[in-house]
Amino acid sequence: MKAFTVSKAVTALMLAGLVLLPLYSQLSGNVFILTLFTRIVILALAAASLNLIMGFGGMMSFGHAAYLGIGGYAVGMLAQEGVGSGWIQFPVALAASAIYALVIGALSLRTRGVYFIMITLAFAQMAYYVASGLARYGGDDGLTVYKRSDFSGLINLSNRTQFYYLCLACLFGVMLLIWRIVNSRFGLVVQGLRSNEQRMQAIGFPAKRYQLVCFVISGTMCGLAGALLANNTDFVSPAVMYWTRSGDLMVMVILGGMGTLFGPVMGAVVFLLLEEFLSQITEYWALIMGPLLLLIVLFGRGGIMGVLGRAGRG
Amino acid sequence: MAEPLLRVEKLVRRFGGIVATDNVSLDVASGELHAIIGPNGAGKTTLISQLTGHLEPHSGSVSLAGRDITYLPAYRRCALGLARSFQITSLLLDFTAADNVALAAQAHAGTSFRFFANARKEKGLRDAAHAALDRVGLAHRADVPVSKLSHGERRQIELAVALASKPKLLLLDEPMAGLGVTESQGMVKLLQELRKEVSIVLVEHDMPAVFALADRISVLVYGRVIASGDPAAIRANDEVKRAYLGDQHVVTHHG
Repeated sequence: MKAFTVSKAVTALMLAGLVLLPLYSQLSGNVFILTLFTRIVILALAAASLNLIMGFGGMMSFGHAAYLGIGGYAVGMLAQEGVGSGWIQFPVALAASAIYALVIGALSLRTRGVYFIMITLAFAQMAYYVASGLARYGGDDGLTVYKRSDFSGLINLSNRTQFYYLCLACLFGVMLLIWRIVNSRFGLVVQGLRSNEQRMQAIGFPAKRYQLVCFVISGTMCGLAGALLANNTDFVSPAVMYWTRSGDLMVMVILGGMGTLFGPVMGAVVFLLLEEFLSQITEYWALIMGPLLLLIVLFGRGGIMGVLGRAGRG
Repeated sequence: MAEPLLRVEKLVRRFGGIVATDNVSLDVASGELHAIIGPNGAGKTTLISQLTGHLEPHSGSVSLAGRDITYLPAYRRCALGLARSFQITSLLLDFTAADNVALAAQAHAGTSFRFFANARKEKGLRDAAHAALDRVGLAHRADVPVSKLSHGERRQIELAVALASKPKLLLLDEPMAGLGVTESQGMVKLLQELRKEVSIVLVEHDMPAVFALADRISVLVYGRVIASGDPAAIRANDEVKRAYLGDQHVVTHHG
């Protein structure tokens, strides 16, 4: 039954590449590539979390970058106040993201369609301006994290390889969780609501309750990405919450394939590598990147995973 | 007389100046198949929507087995044993037939806030789904996505979904809509079987089917019930003939 397909092969290749990357970096002495891929893995986690509500749940959130900021600021603010332990910072980052998601979700889910997109965007922009106003924590300029989260000898986040593997483990953990959720009772209800809300209500499911829980799970996952990102850059600023970042996450999801398990990871890898290499070639890289993305979205229905799936059959 | 399963009392629903449901009262006894007929625009779907909770009435009440459900949301009514099919097929198109039906069973089998176990491997739900599909004669199509099924098959899935929730009362909104002659006959046969197990409110345009199936018929015209009684009485009723059946010779000659 488990037939060999092109998309499976490419996915396996990508995952193997991610696991073996530090080895390559060590052997070739290319440190930069490890730094780059740490960022890619973290944003892939964020994209995967967005895919849970956007791809599987049909909730087009345009404010997902807010969680990157909330997770990041939780780490940065606690570090500033002298709480350096990751055992405190990370749970606080997750809890803060969950609470934000609960409030924003409860309000936003009263709307549908374009209104939902606009209201999630508006809330994220509010978070952005709140962060800009935090004078004690750097305001507009952002906040430098002088010391990475301390996991008391268990793992050293300042070691590049260890930190990379921590991020990768978080990504794989979240993917595993999403895979289980998507096939669970809860996951089927959420996907059913994406497909036909009226029908789901008629067979006895209160829509909002399930969507809100899904929204909170997704936000919490992205908060984890935020906490990792602040450690990666040793810095957090309001800019990580800006709407263009939310847009980037959406593009990664759509590019890789909405509603597929590995699509968002693939999307993040391709998007960020393109961004990196095009920006090395020319200052006007966005001029090439934009049309390229447009072409993929217009002609590659289902994103990269969709194209690979068709290639496998064709 | 025992408490009716469904009691509708003086239900009123307006859309602007139009009274779509005008003081409608009707009872459905347990085990009964009660048909609601009426010309286009008589307010049949408006009435059904108020019974299922998709639309709120402006006044009047609806009660199920003695319990007032007038303002309960749709999902709560479903939990009390009210299931419906839609006039325009409303299914989860990207799910398989079995998934569609299993979800209906899942809604009535414990909490759905379970996040880890694979729901497609829950034997109880799958068995219930296959039983319901088998009931409507579609067991062999269980693993086909609904988007790939024919219109007739989708109508049958609608019924299987409603059955899977083990309802006390089935509200069927034009189950024959868009079916061919053979398919319609199959559906009549199926409903004849189902009525032995569950009470049914049937809204239908297909007159031969209605007269073949119904214990009682209520005739709706301009939002009002102008007559209610067994098929023979309805067929003989002058007001009904004038308002509705006048040119439907086929009915008077049938059966």
